[in-house]
Amino acid sequence: MKLLLQIALTLLRARLKQTIVAAVGVTFGITMFVTLLSFMSGLNKMLDGLIGNRTAHVRLYNEIKVSAKQPIKLAYPDTSAHHFISSVKASNARLEIYNANKILQTLDKDERVLGYSRRLSSQVFFNTGASDITGFLSGIDPEKEVSYFHFEDYITLGNAIDVKQIPNSIILGKPLAETLMAEIGDVVQVTTPNGERFQLKVVALYQSGIADYDKTQSFASLSTVQKVTGKGNAYITDIQVKLKDILMAPKVAKEYGGIFDLDAIDIQAANSQFETGTQVRTIISYAVGITLLIVAGFGIYNILNMMIYEKMDTIAILKATGFAGRDVKRVFLMISVIIGLVGCAAGLVFSVLLTTAISKIPFNSAAVPTVKTFPVDMNPIYFVIALVFTFATTWFAGWFPARKASKIDPVIIIRGK
Amino acid sequence: MAEPILVAKDIRKSFTDPVEVEILHGINFSVQKGEFASIIGKSGCGKSTLLYILSTMDTDYKGELWIDGEEMSKKSEKELARVRNKKIGFVFQFHYLLNEFSVLKNVMLPALKLNELSEEEIKENALKKLEVLGIRNLADKPANQLSGGQKQRVAIARSLINNPAIIMADEPTGNLDTANSRIVYETFKELSELFQQTLLVVTHDPSFAEGTTRIIEMEDGNIIRH
Repeated sequence: MKLLLQIALTLLRARLKQTIVAAVGVTFGITMFVTLLSFMSGLNKMLDGLIGNRTAHVRLYNEIKVSAKQPIKLAYPDTSAHHFISSVKASNARLEIYNANKILQTLDKDERVLGYSRRLSSQVFFNTGASDITGFLSGIDPEKEVSYFHFEDYITLGNAIDVKQIPNSIILGKPLAETLMAEIGDVVQVTTPNGERFQLKVVALYQSGIADYDKTQSFASLSTVQKVTGKGNAYITDIQVKLKDILMAPKVAKEYGGIFDLDAIDIQAANSQFETGTQVRTIISYAVGITLLIVAGFGIYNILNMMIYEKMDTIAILKATGFAGRDVKRVFLMISVIIGLVGCAAGLVFSVLLTTAISKIPFNSAAVPTVKTFPVDMNPIYFVIALVFTFATTWFAGWFPARKASKIDPVIIIRGK
Repeated sequence: MAEPILVAKDIRKSFTDPVEVEILHGINFSVQKGEFASIIGKSGCGKSTLLYILSTMDTDYKGELWIDGEEMSKKSEKELARVRNKKIGFVFQFHYLLNEFSVLKNVMLPALKLNELSEEEIKENALKKLEVLGIRNLADKPANQLSGGQKQRVAIARSLINNPAIIMADEPTGNLDTANSRIVYETFKELSELFQQTLLVVTHDPSFAEGTTRIIEMEDGNIIRH
């Protein structure tokens, strides 16, 4: 075995240029594979983050809707008939989550829950000059929003936590602030649907990247909004739950919806198109990467094939002096795998360099204010895939020419001279 | 009585492409230990074909072949490779050294493959063989920097490395000038006389054949004199 390896290495050295060309083919394939996957995965994570970071895995709330049990149905439970009358409209709808403290205690105990954040949403009017702008004011737990929903990533100016520390303060969507001509430190006036007026101090600006949303959205601390809307300090309308495993969301949502008698929606149902997009992008990047590797494999196959035609004499002499066909096959397989592994090693080094370079390229997007350069997600699993795949590809690329070499009859070569 | 190293019994060989033509019509002969035999004959009489069969490289034939007391025709490819490695030394017309390796490595390779001695011992043996052939000074040169005569002597040294039962040579002087042919002949002669090496040489050089101890003459696929 050692002898065969020695022979393989000598043959490789004898045609160093050809060897390097073959290895460079693999290097290129691996570099592109790992870089592409890292880059695509980085972009994917960024895009996922757009929705995933700030969207609750499970959202608990009350929706205004008509009663599922209409009186007419109670009177005539016969299901074969069609009821034209459904006269009881949605009324006395309670947006409030009742018994919220009990629900929160249950969430605290649930192993699957990473954390949650309470919210209270209300419609308000922002007064600027003579006109009123319709907007939404959300009461939040700033600390929890920061730790579970990356809230600070979307604060372009100021500090999210200030909204809790400074009484009567507000965070405005950036376009909204522009419309109101408000800057940090300024005071804006809001009017509640009940007609009450409040003066709130701007402490930070918020930009999610979704312009329509930012034009109307504002945030304040939960207690401020409770005060503005004239509700008690237990009044909340939303619980945003973050789970340890996002895939559990549909199951947990269904369970909570049943237990608490609330509307519960999971992130997958709320953003199904997004989920599909992520999957498609992942499939595309793997397809391109694997194509690159296969092309590199064919390169090795061709070069080995050529090499064998050139080394006919060598094969004949090895066989004449007592090397069996199997030995010859092993020599050429070793040549192939050595080319593959050397090329792969170089490819991994280059891919680290290339991804590092990409991660330094400036990238500014209104949608993701915190991202300043292209996102790259270097996952060690790509290295493992690349290594395993190179080994397999070069093995097969070498196997056919090697088998051919092992079958060559030395007499034919010697006589052919 | 001398023991036979190589015995051929009724060896027949046909080429089937494009039509079936028998080119060896039942060859019977044997080579005894220590003999320096040559096979001569006109071009196309089948002498090279016969040598390839005798050397176990060509397995597509009918008849029996015994080398050093063992029957060859039923052995597997792997076993035949081992026989070639251990029992047979080869010298070809076109030298056939591995150009990628040094002279010394070329000589050592068959012994390394045999793997019966340590690398140091093999190296020592190889140097001794080169010494015998008077080319020890070339040991570290790459094989492709040698002249034709030198290459042929390296090939002879290589054929000797495993102390084979028989050395077979296919037109060893066919590609060399008179002076180098002389040297190769002298080398063979010396091996035969000093070391009682068994040799079987295919040649069409009459002066070479004259100097051997036994001439086997072939014509049209038959042995006509031996």
